[in-house]
Amino acid sequence: MSEVLVLVDHVEGAVRKSTAELLTAARRLGEPSAVLVAAPEHADAARESLGRYGAEKVYRVEAPEVREHLVAPLVDVFANLVERTGAAAVLLPSDPDGNEVAGRLAVRTGSGVITDAVDVQPAEDGAGVRTVQSVFAGSYTVTSLVNRGTPVVTLKPNSVPVEEAGGEAAVVEEAVDVSIPEESLAARIVQRSEKQQTGRPGLTEAAIVVSGGRGTGGDFGPVEQLADALGAAVGASRAAVDAGWYPHAYQVGQTGASVSPQLYVAAGISGAIQHRAGMQTSKTIVAVNKDAEAPIFELVDFGVVGDLFTVLPQAAEEIQRRKG
Amino acid sequence: MNIVVCVKYVPDAQAGRGFEADHTTDRQGVDGLLSELDEYPVEEALKLAEATEGTVTVLTMGPEDAADAIKRALQMGADQGVHVCDDAIAGSDAVATSLVLAEAIRKVGDIDLVLTGLASTDGSMSVVPAMLAERLGVPQVTFASELSVEEGTVRIRRDSDVASETIEARLPAVVSVTDVINEPRYPSFKGIMAAKKKPVETWTLADLGVDASQVGLDAAWTTVESVEARPPREQGEVVTDEGQGGQALAEFLASRKFV
Ligand SMILES: Cc1cc2nc3c(=O)[nH]c(=O)nc-3n(C[C@H](O)[C@H](O)[C@H](O)COP(=O)(O)OP(=O)(O)OC[C@H]3O[C@@H](n4cnc5c(N)ncnc54)[C@H](O)[C@@H]3O)c2cc1C
Repeated sequence: MSEVLVLVDHVEGAVRKSTAELLTAARRLGEPSAVLVAAPEHADAARESLGRYGAEKVYRVEAPEVREHLVAPLVDVFANLVERTGAAAVLLPSDPDGNEVAGRLAVRTGSGVITDAVDVQPAEDGAGVRTVQSVFAGSYTVTSLVNRGTPVVTLKPNSVPVEEAGGEAAVVEEAVDVSIPEESLAARIVQRSEKQQTGRPGLTEAAIVVSGGRGTGGDFGPVEQLADALGAAVGASRAAVDAGWYPHAYQVGQTGASVSPQLYVAAGISGAIQHRAGMQTSKTIVAVNKDAEAPIFELVDFGVVGDLFTVLPQAAEEIQRRKG
Repeated sequence: MNIVVCVKYVPDAQAGRGFEADHTTDRQGVDGLLSELDEYPVEEALKLAEATEGTVTVLTMGPEDAADAIKRALQMGADQGVHVCDDAIAGSDAVATSLVLAEAIRKVGDIDLVLTGLASTDGSMSVVPAMLAERLGVPQVTFASELSVEEGTVRIRRDSDVASETIEARLPAVVSVTDVINEPRYPSFKGIMAAKKKPVETWTLADLGVDASQVGLDAAWTTVESVEARPPREQGEVVTDEGQGGQALAEFLASRKFV
């Protein structure tokens, strides 16, 4: 079987759930090899969880210039590995960096590329891969065959149920020493400030997301209260972000994050098409809105027509009571 | 500073969007417009050009109607337009699009900055800017929420869910901007009148030295096998809060094992 290269997404060595999903998917296509770009002190922590989800090999990329420059050096690393390993496919997270590496790698290696897939499976006779995408605000499902070159696919978080590999085999580790050409070092990250940790799960990987919109009037207290009762991430509509009530990193929708949790709660959000584009594939959808005619109610599994300032706290208290 | 802004003509998201029998986006009979996300790079280009006495060229590739997208950008204040229009282009994927745009940018020539939007509002792959940088061999500086240019160096802020980064590169560069970077202007009456006299060139693939076999649906590096409309979600129970709405909500969540 051929190797399948997987880019690891991690925060200081803590591997993100989306990577476990990629490795789970990669096992269907071949032997997963994790490509880990990390400082030496973070690499050890990552290795164990990578093995747990099926990585048979870890390619360690320690060269600081890969971390200190935008996208281009990572394309060099992957192009080098694709050529050296004859990989069957490359799987990357569907976030800005992942999609951009995918696009450039495809151009450079003459390969088919699909971004934002929600599923990936081997094609017949091992000739490439078959992907599923959800497009136009989730209203269409597109199935594609990618069989040119080394198929490059980015996969949306929460698309593939994570399964541990269950094997005992030790992970083979290899340091990758790729010489990065000068021109790839043109866009330099001169400053980086980590976002403040909220203690809540990450927006795109959370099992539950509670979002607030213009209806909060700027007070996200009730939204956060319900989110914390459910152990959920907090999201926001663009109206709430534009008003400066919540940071842009939490925006759900076409120009924000695209989420696909088990449960999505929209509070004080009307349900504009651009918002739906980012949440319509959620498994269960719940809305709380004063206006019975709000389009968001067309999507819901359960809805409450009412004031979020009374409904959300009451729900949160009832949930706390049930949890005991 | 000479700036090229790449813009796209897209079907209106408010109107129903669908697919043709060959699995390409239905662009007939659907009202189109300049992608709203492409108004942001146009605005940014205009501000930079005003500060440096530069010129702004808007570039689009697409069917004849796509001239409307150029017109809108010229009304906002861009100086000139280039429309790559060729029957062979229909159905092109991101790989082919980036090839055509890169050749067109080379033909415009002597460019300091290529600006694009965050994504198109229809295809939404967000990969064309990165592919353009790859093809042009210039720095890729993408997802800018803030942008400044000083002495031949572009500096942007790029936000992700875990960090905020400042990125610098020498010009020329390809820069994509997000929808938080500025507030795009509306065309003024004067702008609308002035746009009528601004030059727009129409180029074919032959003008760019691109072979028709490299673009279009048949050249796509991936094959769409099927497109299915999803059944609309079935509306579940909607209750009206008469004092117990929160309880009912908690009850529902518990019944689905979320509590
Ligand atoms: C190119 C483009 C990209 C966009 N991208 C995005 C995107 O990524 N994400 C996004 O969200 N939007 C996006 N938008 C904007 C989108 O069109 C809507 O304007 C936006 O989603 C509206 O946000 P909202 O639902 O919070 O506000 P509104 O539409 O104003 O809705 C507020 C809702 O709150 C309800 N309400 C008010 N008070 C209360 C109360 N006390 N209790 C309960 N309910 C109450 C009202 O009944 C109303 O339904 C985009 C638009 C464009 C043009």
